[in-house]
Amino acid sequence: MVPVTYYVALSAILFTIGALGVLVRRNPLVIFMSIELMLNAANLAFVVFARLYQNLDGQIFVFFVMTVSAAEVAVGLALIVAIFRSKHSINIDEMNSLKG
Amino acid sequence: MTFFYLAPWIVFLPVIGLLINGFAGQRFNEKVIGTIASLAAGLPFLISVLLAYSLTGHPEVVRWSVGEWIHIGKLQLDWIFRVDTLSVTMMLVVTGVGTLIHIYAIGYMHEDVRIKSDPKRFRRFFVFLNLFIAAMLILVSGDSYLMLFVGWEGVGLCSFLLIGFWYEMDTLGRPSWANSDAAKKAFVANRIGDFGFLIAAFLIFWGFGSLQFDEVFNAVRGISAVNSPLIIAITLFLLLGVAGKSAQIPLYVWLPDAMAGPTPVSALIHAATMVTAGVYLITRSAPLYTAVPAAQFVVAMVGAVTALFAATIAVGQFDIKKVLAYSTISQLGFMVAGVGMGAFGAGMFHLVTHAFFKALLFLSAGSVILGMERGHHLIGHHAVKGNRGAKSSRSTPEGVRTSAGQDAHSEEVFDPGDMRNMGGLRKTMPVTFWLYVIGTLALAGIFPFAGFWSKDEILAAAFSQGYSMVYWLLTIAAFFTAFYMGRQIWMVFFGAPRHEAAAKAEESPRVITVPLIVLAALSVLGGALNLPKALVGEGPAEKLSLWLGNTISIQPGEFIGSVALISTGLALSAILISWLLYGRDPLKAGEADPLKKILGPIFTGMEHKWFVDEGYKALFIDPYTDIARFTANVIDVRFWHDWFHEKVIVGTYNFLANIALDRYVDQRGIDAIVNGVGRWTKDASASVRRLQNGFVRSYALAVLIGVVAMLGYLLFK
Amino acid sequence: MTVDLLLFFIIAISAVATALGMLLSRSAVYSAMFLVMNFGTIAVFYIMLNAPFIAMSQVSVYAGAIMVLFIFVIMLLGTELLPTTKALPWQRPLALVLAMMLAAEAIYLLFFRKATSGQVPQPVESFGSPQQVGQLLFSQYLLPFEITSILLLIAMVGAIVLTKKEKGGQ
Repeated sequence: MVPVTYYVALSAILFTIGALGVLVRRNPLVIFMSIELMLNAANLAFVVFARLYQNLDGQIFVFFVMTVSAAEVAVGLALIVAIFRSKHSINIDEMNSLKG
Repeated sequence: MTFFYLAPWIVFLPVIGLLINGFAGQRFNEKVIGTIASLAAGLPFLISVLLAYSLTGHPEVVRWSVGEWIHIGKLQLDWIFRVDTLSVTMMLVVTGVGTLIHIYAIGYMHEDVRIKSDPKRFRRFFVFLNLFIAAMLILVSGDSYLMLFVGWEGVGLCSFLLIGFWYEMDTLGRPSWANSDAAKKAFVANRIGDFGFLIAAFLIFWGFGSLQFDEVFNAVRGISAVNSPLIIAITLFLLLGVAGKSAQIPLYVWLPDAMAGPTPVSALIHAATMVTAGVYLITRSAPLYTAVPAAQFVVAMVGAVTALFAATIAVGQFDIKKVLAYSTISQLGFMVAGVGMGAFGAGMFHLVTHAFFKALLFLSAGSVILGMERGHHLIGHHAVKGNRGAKSSRSTPEGVRTSAGQDAHSEEVFDPGDMRNMGGLRKTMPVTFWLYVIGTLALAGIFPFAGFWSKDEILAAAFSQGYSMVYWLLTIAAFFTAFYMGRQIWMVFFGAPRHEAAAKAEESPRVITVPLIVLAALSVLGGALNLPKALVGEGPAEKLSLWLGNTISIQPGEFIGSVALISTGLALSAILISWLLYGRDPLKAGEADPLKKILGPIFTGMEHKWFVDEGYKALFIDPYTDIARFTANVIDVRFWHDWFHEKVIVGTYNFLANIALDRYVDQRGIDAIVNGVGRWTKDASASVRRLQNGFVRSYALAVLIGVVAMLGYLLFK
Repeated sequence: MTVDLLLFFIIAISAVATALGMLLSRSAVYSAMFLVMNFGTIAVFYIMLNAPFIAMSQVSVYAGAIMVLFIFVIMLLGTELLPTTKALPWQRPLALVLAMMLAAEAIYLLFFRKATSGQVPQPVESFGSPQQVGQLLFSQYLLPFEITSILLLIAMVGAIVLTKKEKGGQ
C-alpha cells in the first residue's frame, strides 16, 4: 500500500515545477502549459483524497476542473493569438505596456 | 421785593446771545447782530441793578445755587452765584461799561472790518465779546476759588481770541504773524499767572479743606495762628496770578502787545474789566491778606513799583494806544498798591473810576484812529483820480508828508495810531477832542473829576498807614501820569497836522460818540461814589465804602488835605511842563521828540520799554527755544527716531521677522518639514513605482512570494 | 517494497522527469510533447487510484483536446527560439529559491507535521466507476454540471470574439 503522504508529496513536487515554469519561461504557451501542470497536480491530490475518504466528490471535482481548464485554455490561447497579431512576438517580456 | 433769583441770568443771557449770533448770525445784518450782542450785555446790567437794589434792603450775602459740580471726598463744589456788595459792584462795572462798549463796537467794527477787507468777520467779534462778558461775570459771581478760576481762565481765553482777532495780519493790515504772536504772548503770560493761582488754590484746599469763600475766610484766623507760612505762601502765589492777569511786574509785558486787538477790546478787556480781575481777587481774599502784613507789604510794593515803572515807559511812546496801555499798567499798579495796603475801599473805588475814564480814553483813541483812517482813505481817492506819480496839484503846506506824494511806487505803510502823524485834530474832530480832554483830566487826577477822588484816597491811605516808600513811588507816578497825558493831548489835538490824513480826518458817527459821552459824564461825576466824610459830611459821603463794607471790613477813606494839595500841584505842574515842551512849540513833521534832546539815553530807554522784552527774550525765550529745538532735533529725531527707532526697534523687528522667524523657523524648519514630507512621499512612491515594471514574470513572482509567505506563516504560527 | 510501491515510484519518477523536461525544453513543441507524456503518467495514476472514468477523461480531454489546441497554436505562432533575455536577471535565481522554499514547506508539512496519515485503503470494487460518477454528477451536482455547459459556450464565444479581425482594417 502506498501511503497517502507520498501521493501528496508528488502532487506538491509537480505543483512546484509548474510554478517554476510560470515564473521562469518566457514563451506564453509554455507558461500556459505550466499552469496546466499545476492544475493536474491539484487534480491528483483530489483523486487521492477521494480514494482515502471513500468519497466520490473528489472525482467529481476533478471532472469540473478539467472542464473549466479546457474552457480556460481555449480562451487563453485565443488571447495569445490576438496578442501575437498586434505585437508579432511571443516574448512575454515585451508585453510590458502596463508598466508604470 | 428781592430779585436774587435773577442772578444766574447774568451769565445765561450773554451765552444765549453768543449762541444766537454764532449759529444763526450769518443771516442777520450788522445792526441786528450788534443789537443782540448789546442786549446780551445790557440785560445783565439791568439785572445787576436789580440785584443791587435787592441788596440794599438785605445787605448780607445771598448765595444762589445753580447746580452740583464736583463732589469727591472732601472736595464739595457747586456752581453757586454769590450776590454780595463786592460782586454786585463788579457786575455793575462789567455790564455797564461792557454794554456801552458793545454799542460803540457796532460802529467801530463796521468801519474796521471794511478797512481790513473782511466784512464777514463782524459777527465773530460780537460772539467773542459776549463770551467774554459771560466769563467775566462767572469770575465775579463765583462763590469759591474754583468758580472764580473758571471765569479767570475764560477771560484769559477771550483775551487771546480777541487780541488775535485779526490773526493773519499786524496792526497795519499787512500779512504777518504779529497779531497772533501778541495773542500768544498774552496767553502765555497769563498762564504763568494761572500757575500761581492754581498753586495757591491747591494750598488753600490743602490747608483749609475747602475752596469756598466763607469756609476759607472763617478759618483764616485759626489757621494763621498755627501755620502762618501757609498763608504767606497762598497770598504770594495769588499775587503771581494777579501779576499775570492785572499786568504787574514781572508779567505785564503782554498788555502793550495786546493793543494789536481792535480798540473796543482794548477798552473793555484791557482797561476796564479783565485786568481788574486781579484787584478783585485780592479784595475778595482780604481776610487772607490782612492776616499777613508781610504779604501786604510785598503786594503794595509790587503795585507801586509797577505804577512808576510803567509811567516812565508811557512818556516815551509814540503810539496813541501804547501810551494808554502803559497808563493802564500804571493805574493797575495804583489799584494793586491800594488793596495791598489794606485800603480796599480806595482800591475798588479807583477800579470803578478807572473803568470809566480809561474806557473813555481808549474808545476816544479808537475814534481818533478811525478818523485818521477816514482821512487816509480820502487821500487815497485823490491820488488815484489825480495824475499818477506826480504831486497833487493843490499846494501842500511845508513839512507835511503825503502818503501818495513823493512817488506812487514807494508808498509808505500808513500807521493811523502813530502820534507823529497826527496833530490839529481839535479842529477836525471836536467832539472826540473834548471827550479826550475830560478823560485826561480824570486820569491825571484833577479836581473835581473822578480820578482825583479815587487816586487821592489811595495816596492818603499810603501816607497815613506809614507806607512811605509806596507813597513816594505813587506820587512820582502820578506826576508822570499827568505829564504823558498832557504830552499826548498836545501832540494829537494841537499844532498843525503832520500828515495829510490828519488834515482830512473826520469826526466819528453818533453810534461811536454817544457811548463816549455817557462815559465822560461818569468820569466827571464818578467821584460822588465815595466822597470823603471830611469834606461833605456824614450824609452823602463814603457811599461805596459803606456799600462794600457789608462784605469786607473796610476802613473809611481818609482825606488828607496836604496829600491832595501835593498831588494836585504835581499834576498841574506836569501838565505845564508838557505844555512847555509840546504845546507851546508844536512838533513839526519829521521832528524828533524834544524830550530826547533833554534826557538823551534815558528817553531811549523809555521809548524802548527799558528793553524788558528783549531781556525776557534773551533770558527765557531763546534758551527755551534752544532747548526745544535740541530736544526735537537731537533727542527726538536723531536719537529717538533715527537711532533708536530705526536701528533698535526696526532692527530687532527685522531680525525677528526676517531672520529668526522667516529664515530659521519658517524656511528651514516648517518648510523643510512640509516640503520634506512631500519629497519623501515622492521619493517613496518613485521607488515603489519600480515594482510595476510591466513584466508578467515579476508579477507572478510576487504572487509566489505571497503564497510562500502565507504558507510559512500558517506553518510556523 | 511491494509491487504497488515500486510501481508508484516508477510512475512518479517518470511524471517528474517529464515535467522537468517540459520545463527545461528550449523548443515549445518539445515542451508540449513532454506535457502530453506527463498527462499520460497522471492518467496511469488515476487508474491506480480507482478513478477510471477520470483517467479516460484526462487522456481524452487533456492530452487529446487541450494539448492538440496547444500544438495548433504553436504551429500558428511560430516556434522560434527566444533569445536569452537581459531583463530581470535577478528573477530566475529568486524564482528558483522560492520554488525550493515552497517544496521544502510542503515536504516539511507532509513528513514532519504528519499532515496526512494512513495508507490508501482498498476501496469497494465499483468505486470510481462511470456509473457511480454519473449518478453523483446528475443528482447532486446537476447545477454545476449545467453551469459548466454554459461556461463552455461562453468560452467558445469568447475565443471567437477575441480573435476576430477588426472591420475596416487596423
